[in-house]
Amino acid sequence: MSLRRLPEQPREWIDRGQSLRFDFEGRSYDGFAGDTLTSALAAHGVHVLGRSFKYHRPRGICSLANHDVNALVQNGSNTNVRADVLELAAGASYRAVNTFGGLARDRARLLDRFGAFLPVGFYYKTFHRPRRWFPFFERRMRALAGLGAIRPDAPRRRTPKRYDFCDVLVIGAGPSGLAAATAAADCGAKAVVVDEQRRPGGSLNYQCVAGPGSENDAADLLRQAASRSNVDIRPDTVAAGCYADCFVALVDAKRLTKMRARSIVMATGAFEQPAVFGNNDLPGVILATAAQRLIHLFAVRPFDRCVVLAANSDGYRAALDLAGAGVRVAAIVDLRPDGETGALADEVSRAKIRTCVSHAVYQAIPAAGLRGIRAAVVCPLAADGTPEPQQAFDIACDGIAMSVGWAPADGPFCQAGGRMQWSDALQQFVPRSAPEGIFVAGRLNGIYALDDRILDGRRAGLAAAAFLGLHSAPLPPEVARPAASPNHPYPIVPHPHAKSFVDLDEDVQYKDLVHSVQEGFDQVELAKRYSTFGMGPSQGKLANTNAMRIIARANGKTVAETGVPRSRPFFHPVPLAHLAGRGFHPQRRTPLHERHVQAGAVFMPAGDWLRPAYYAPEGERRAQAIRAEALAVRSAVGLIDIGTLGKLEIIGPDAAAFLERVYTGKFANLPVGAMRYALACDESGVIIDDGTVARLADDRFYVTTTTTASASVYREMQRWAIIWKLNVTIANVTGSFAGVNVAGPLSRRILQTLTDADCSAGAIPYQAVRSATVAGVTARLMRVGFVGELGYEIHVPAYGARRVWDALVDAGRPHGIRPFGVEAQRLLRLEKGHVIVSQDTDGLTNPFEAQLAWAVKSDKPFFVGGRSLEILKRKPLSRKLVGFTLATEDLREREAVQECHLIIAGGHIAGRVTSIGCSAVLGQTIGLAYVRPEMAAVGSPLSIRVDDGRMVPATVARTPFYDPKNERQTLAYCC
Amino acid sequence: MKLLRCPINGLRPLQEFLFGGELRDMPDPAVATDRQWADYVFNRQGEPGIRKEWWYHLASGTWFIAERDNAKDVILRTYLYGAGGQDA
Repeated sequence: MSLRRLPEQPREWIDRGQSLRFDFEGRSYDGFAGDTLTSALAAHGVHVLGRSFKYHRPRGICSLANHDVNALVQNGSNTNVRADVLELAAGASYRAVNTFGGLARDRARLLDRFGAFLPVGFYYKTFHRPRRWFPFFERRMRALAGLGAIRPDAPRRRTPKRYDFCDVLVIGAGPSGLAAATAAADCGAKAVVVDEQRRPGGSLNYQCVAGPGSENDAADLLRQAASRSNVDIRPDTVAAGCYADCFVALVDAKRLTKMRARSIVMATGAFEQPAVFGNNDLPGVILATAAQRLIHLFAVRPFDRCVVLAANSDGYRAALDLAGAGVRVAAIVDLRPDGETGALADEVSRAKIRTCVSHAVYQAIPAAGLRGIRAAVVCPLAADGTPEPQQAFDIACDGIAMSVGWAPADGPFCQAGGRMQWSDALQQFVPRSAPEGIFVAGRLNGIYALDDRILDGRRAGLAAAAFLGLHSAPLPPEVARPAASPNHPYPIVPHPHAKSFVDLDEDVQYKDLVHSVQEGFDQVELAKRYSTFGMGPSQGKLANTNAMRIIARANGKTVAETGVPRSRPFFHPVPLAHLAGRGFHPQRRTPLHERHVQAGAVFMPAGDWLRPAYYAPEGERRAQAIRAEALAVRSAVGLIDIGTLGKLEIIGPDAAAFLERVYTGKFANLPVGAMRYALACDESGVIIDDGTVARLADDRFYVTTTTTASASVYREMQRWAIIWKLNVTIANVTGSFAGVNVAGPLSRRILQTLTDADCSAGAIPYQAVRSATVAGVTARLMRVGFVGELGYEIHVPAYGARRVWDALVDAGRPHGIRPFGVEAQRLLRLEKGHVIVSQDTDGLTNPFEAQLAWAVKSDKPFFVGGRSLEILKRKPLSRKLVGFTLATEDLREREAVQECHLIIAGGHIAGRVTSIGCSAVLGQTIGLAYVRPEMAAVGSPLSIRVDDGRMVPATVARTPFYDPKNERQTLAYCC
Repeated sequence: MKLLRCPINGLRPLQEFLFGGELRDMPDPAVATDRQWADYVFNRQGEPGIRKEWWYHLASGTWFIAERDNAKDVILRTYLYGAGGQDA
């Protein structure tokens, strides 16, 4: 059995009945269930647990509480797991991260000798010249940087997410948190208490020897809280991020819980802070609370012989704990000029522990290979606190326990919007102002005595209840903060030669911070980024306070003037699996989706919708399929699902007036039964949408919009209707109506077989709208010409869509009807030179540029964008949309031209291709492009730069390319 | 995540809402000079303070006005357009 395991401790977390074997760095050890990896190794006297980030120095226990990342291990595909809080699993195999060739023989350990060549911010200054060597150094540094290894073959894991709600969320299950939850619950609030530790109780679990109140209080507090049915205690749960309005991300091993609380009690406690002295990072130099955690939680004797570096009473209690655990406490080195007085001092002297008051640990003397320490160099402090190393003496020891002060765990509080201010009396930050509904208790509030923390917790719990209207009696008075600070104002005794670390995560030394200030990075946020203190995985929990003290002193300022880096989520690093999740973006399918699937459609996204791009039932190639679909429309008949278009009904006495104001065209004079193109601009005159407006009755219009803009057009229409106070109802019927467009010279013949309505040109002329029954379904027939052929949009209630589609397909089969997709439609309309808003227009296009001036009726009193268009009309155009054809027969060149390729003139950008397509019916590659106005004349040569930099010649051409007189779509004869 | 009170649907999380810009009065286009009109179209107030803003509740399609102190990110009150008294 392990050498350092103590006899049973009263509140230990280990189960001695269950022994486990595990591997660390290829060696086998045993431990107990309930051990963490660190405690099990400590029980075997294994002190080197990891290698540091930059210098690869051996590192061991520091906080044993996940406040540092000295011990990060890899376990299979789990990487960067914190050994300090990782519960041992039987048969598991762990390796330290960030080593080259194992923890013991890490080849990168030599970097420690080259520290002088790796000064603060070295990567900004060195290895950049000569330039050609930089890639070499970059690769080296990238190999060195980063922790852990990602296994790409790691099994996919789904982590559940949960929403939860409570009245009072208490963060921290220490004495103040438990007291707060009990008090709030007794007022009737539903309270949830979360704590990152495995068991509630906080510091009562390990800081208990000779403490006032002591053991019974811990059990008592817990019993009281747990006995309330409306208190839910959740250990092993981290409040990873606190957001506005009491929204807190709670992370446990299994899931992310998004907690919406009505109020929060922050009882997050304080982090014990390290001292800065030479070699203060070596294994064996640990926080006093870490020693106490080892003893009380895991029954492990931390050292054989140790020195306690103290600046408060807690250090004396720790010394007594250590002595009680069989450690020889060689000395208490007390930084304070007057040392400890009172009962604790007496007890320490009764235990025959030597005290060196007004002394400091100046340096730890490393054991061989930096694997631990063999002595502490202690020297007296002068009256002004400066060390006097000439009078230094060594004390042999294998451990130094530091108890020099605390820093509030204010991360969650500050994330939630709380503000802290420096207290000179307490030498720490204390809350200054809290957002509404957030209350602070315990050590975070600067209250240290156990009884006071419990009182403070009760007060905060009652305050939360009162905030929720559950408590009306006067609140108990504020608990006074202690007169004597447990925090040393400057526990920093830098050694001139030995490395004196401030941030263990990032290997930031005392001198790095001083140099940062000297180099001009003298603000705390700048120094943080330049030196990288506080930027490691533990986010400066043990570094920020000392760094701030050093920066303040280097600037000749006070800490209050210097400030502290802002705390942001997350409190602890959160595995990405907790953050990743399913998307909840809607995907819409038309009622005809199954028909498209059956017809072999290849789908593409269009806004929220899925639309068939083209149909390839027998695996046709894309270009081939599109070409065949387009030819079918030109020569016979095609069918396209247009159910994704936005569909709105505008109803009411002011409907016509409303449309006149929303669109650039005129609709007051639109006869019932007719429809018209509609173009919408924003207030700056930029095109935002187009569609059609059909008049069903005097006070009723049926409007279509583009697929992607339907939601925003509807939304803006709603707003304008409110602002203009018009008597109009806007109904968004996009989902309740389906639509198909049957187009081609034979479309009328097919449609006529399915309806009683007269489809002759006289009865339904171009741009007419009629009610009809198609295949037994009530429909709106609209004669349109977007693709440039005789064609009808058939709008039906969504439930009737399949019936109409099937009937059209059946009736059209003898005539070779073909469904066509978005790609063929794009090509067909390109042959007609019709613009697609948002493809042929961008966020700055006005109607004059896009050759849509004909759709702007400026002789109306008002329409959105009208005043801006009036101004724009007077200004010269900066670009113009033109048609072009490629002036090359080289097939490869023709296929190289893509949308968004640039038009180049005189070496400068002169325009951009917006649409391109290979027209079978024209036997040409045609396109639309913006060009400078002086290049817009028909016949002008253009030069298009394609992906590989080659120039492809093109010629400006007249649009429409196909059927320039628009005879086919408007035709009045029957065919 | 913040909560916002829709005048119709009550207190809802912010992700259900869309910001619609500041509530601004359109100058009379028939009277405004080009410069005044351009100022209305393109310029926005940048300095922090209490603002009347358009917000849209996506799930129900409700436009309303929120008075918000954007220096403190505090929502002071919300109401339907025209129901805020005086000019709103």
